[in-house]
Amino acid sequence: MGLSLVEKLWARHCVADLGDGTDLLYIDRVLLHERTGSMALKGLKEQGRAVRHPDRAFVCMDHIVDTLPGRSDTTIMPGGTAFIQETRAAAAEAGIRVFDIGDDRQGIVHVVSPEQGIALPGATLVCPDSHTCTQGGLGALAWGIGSTEAAHALATQTLVVKRPKTMRVRFDGALPPGVGAKDMILHLIAAHGAGGGAGYAIEFTGSAVSALSVEARMTLCNMAVEFAAWTGLVAPDAKTIDWVKGRPFAPKGDLWDEAVADWRGLVSDADAVFDKEIRIDCADIAPTITWGTSPQHAVPLTGHVPHPDHATDATAAQARRRALDYMGLKAGDALIGLPIDGAFIGSCTNSRLPDLRAAAAVLKGRKVAAGVRAICVPGSMQVKAAAEAEGLHVVFQAAGFEWRESGCSMCFFAGGEHFGKGERVVTSTNRNFENRQGPGTRSHLASPVTVAASAIAGHIADPRSFLGEG
Amino acid sequence: MQKFTRLTGVAAPLFRANVDTDAIIPSREMKKVSKEGLGEGMFADWRYSDVANRVENPEFILNWPCFRKAPILLAGPNFGCGSSREHAVWALQDYGIRCVIAPSFGAIFQGNCVRNGILPLVLPEPSVAALAQAGTPQLLTVDLAAQSVRVPDGTELPFTIAPADKEMLLEGLDAIGVTLKRLPAIRDFEGSYRARNPWLFF
Repeated sequence: MGLSLVEKLWARHCVADLGDGTDLLYIDRVLLHERTGSMALKGLKEQGRAVRHPDRAFVCMDHIVDTLPGRSDTTIMPGGTAFIQETRAAAAEAGIRVFDIGDDRQGIVHVVSPEQGIALPGATLVCPDSHTCTQGGLGALAWGIGSTEAAHALATQTLVVKRPKTMRVRFDGALPPGVGAKDMILHLIAAHGAGGGAGYAIEFTGSAVSALSVEARMTLCNMAVEFAAWTGLVAPDAKTIDWVKGRPFAPKGDLWDEAVADWRGLVSDADAVFDKEIRIDCADIAPTITWGTSPQHAVPLTGHVPHPDHATDATAAQARRRALDYMGLKAGDALIGLPIDGAFIGSCTNSRLPDLRAAAAVLKGRKVAAGVRAICVPGSMQVKAAAEAEGLHVVFQAAGFEWRESGCSMCFFAGGEHFGKGERVVTSTNRNFENRQGPGTRSHLASPVTVAASAIAGHIADPRSFLGEG
Repeated sequence: MQKFTRLTGVAAPLFRANVDTDAIIPSREMKKVSKEGLGEGMFADWRYSDVANRVENPEFILNWPCFRKAPILLAGPNFGCGSSREHAVWALQDYGIRCVIAPSFGAIFQGNCVRNGILPLVLPEPSVAALAQAGTPQLLTVDLAAQSVRVPDGTELPFTIAPADKEMLLEGLDAIGVTLKRLPAIRDFEGSYRARNPWLFF
């Protein structure tokens, strides 16, 4: 019987079988950020333990840093400066590289690590951040952990991990115009529930996944955690290898050739058996948007808010009622036409160059509707620089978007900037939880093109009517 | 790490689906680089009608006098989904929660519980729902060694747990210390691994 890609990567990183389905896995890269990584470094220091391989650990300042121009260690978030400064000092003491404020490589850890060639196909990567699965888009085995586990990975270069079950999610057929990776993953979570991937490592395959850009594959894998999956990944192909080539920390010369020869074999065998398979025909996917407070509360953009009584069970029905109350909606309401107060493009889900290009194509020659606060936060300073080289910032700014420095920004509310109570926001982020983007803020998750179209219209709008015009 | 062996206490029902770590500890409640004092911010958006001034919402279940000091939480499916922030577990621990009983957990949260001496106990959804809907405070006895929960009518509900997690909780193990005992094996592995994958090393 053949092996799946996850099983192959597992086998090559297995240091010891600890019994009962648990293995000691070798960890190639440990990524940290100032919010939770600070606690991992602090924990180690308190125990008097050293970081085993500081050259293979990296810190990004992303969660708490301001994204306003002229930023410094001072942040709007109460106590935020201490997180930044203590993390910087602890990293320096441990000999770990920091992509700091002012560095032209700074940005969101899940954007920076692939961009810098730190995340590589076939590698194991961990970070005390749930969206570490993003790097699965390169064919890496990457997953989110807690701060205590991060300390374990730093001290031992290994982790004790329970073997996950395997799932293959196959997206076949061509994506309709105006439909992208964000719509694919929201569609999947809506169909199978926010807990649908629990216990699984998911390989995304199929012709539609092959056709996606590497950045879009990262978007797909990014939200595997919103499906409760342990991680998600896409087998590396020629597109991946081209994408990685020449990146600062990627192998060079003969090592590059050796790496590529290895990466070409990183595929699931034809006769690999998965514990679960899901097939989705892409012809069935429309631009998708959430109406409630869980990523599973998603419907086609042209659809309506579903009735709580039509939920699968009493618990789900209760959750839908709470969500309707929080979101200020009622069953049967149309999504299109709901007036909005905010539009946000950013986060580790959708802040890469192709996301900004797609949104700019909608915004070009148009203006954000009066009364809508529209913000674009590039995922990294490299993304920002590349976007500016193409003039995308001019398009965003002319339309009325704020154009920010990179960081996690208003993807979540850390006590600093936020959208207002009861304000309705269309957002390219990954979580529409209660209070996620501010106390009482109502978040609708959608693709960057849907966010852009909605910002222009002043209400939730179908991006398809804006494409190919303007 | 605090050991978990046997616990008898009141179980507070918070039976909602997909309670995320942002709800357990809102990001803004993580005010300093520390595990200390996070209990005050636990469920802040639900627990306080005025978060800034810490005015309690009398309707929130943990503010009911009978559940205020409950060491056990009865939760809905996918409890602790969302972010990896271990602060969610540190907040529960600081508040006094020692065991969360739910039909399923967010994976990272579940691991974080075990590493901090909180038992994430999985029971079938109908069992948790029945316990949560009992109406009056229930005194449960959780016995980790025996892998059972005893409910007031004397019924024993068996549960399963990964043996490694059980051992870590029962013994209060220092996971890093345990792994460092394997350092020679890790070094051996590293040598051959590096020979096979030299491009992953700087």
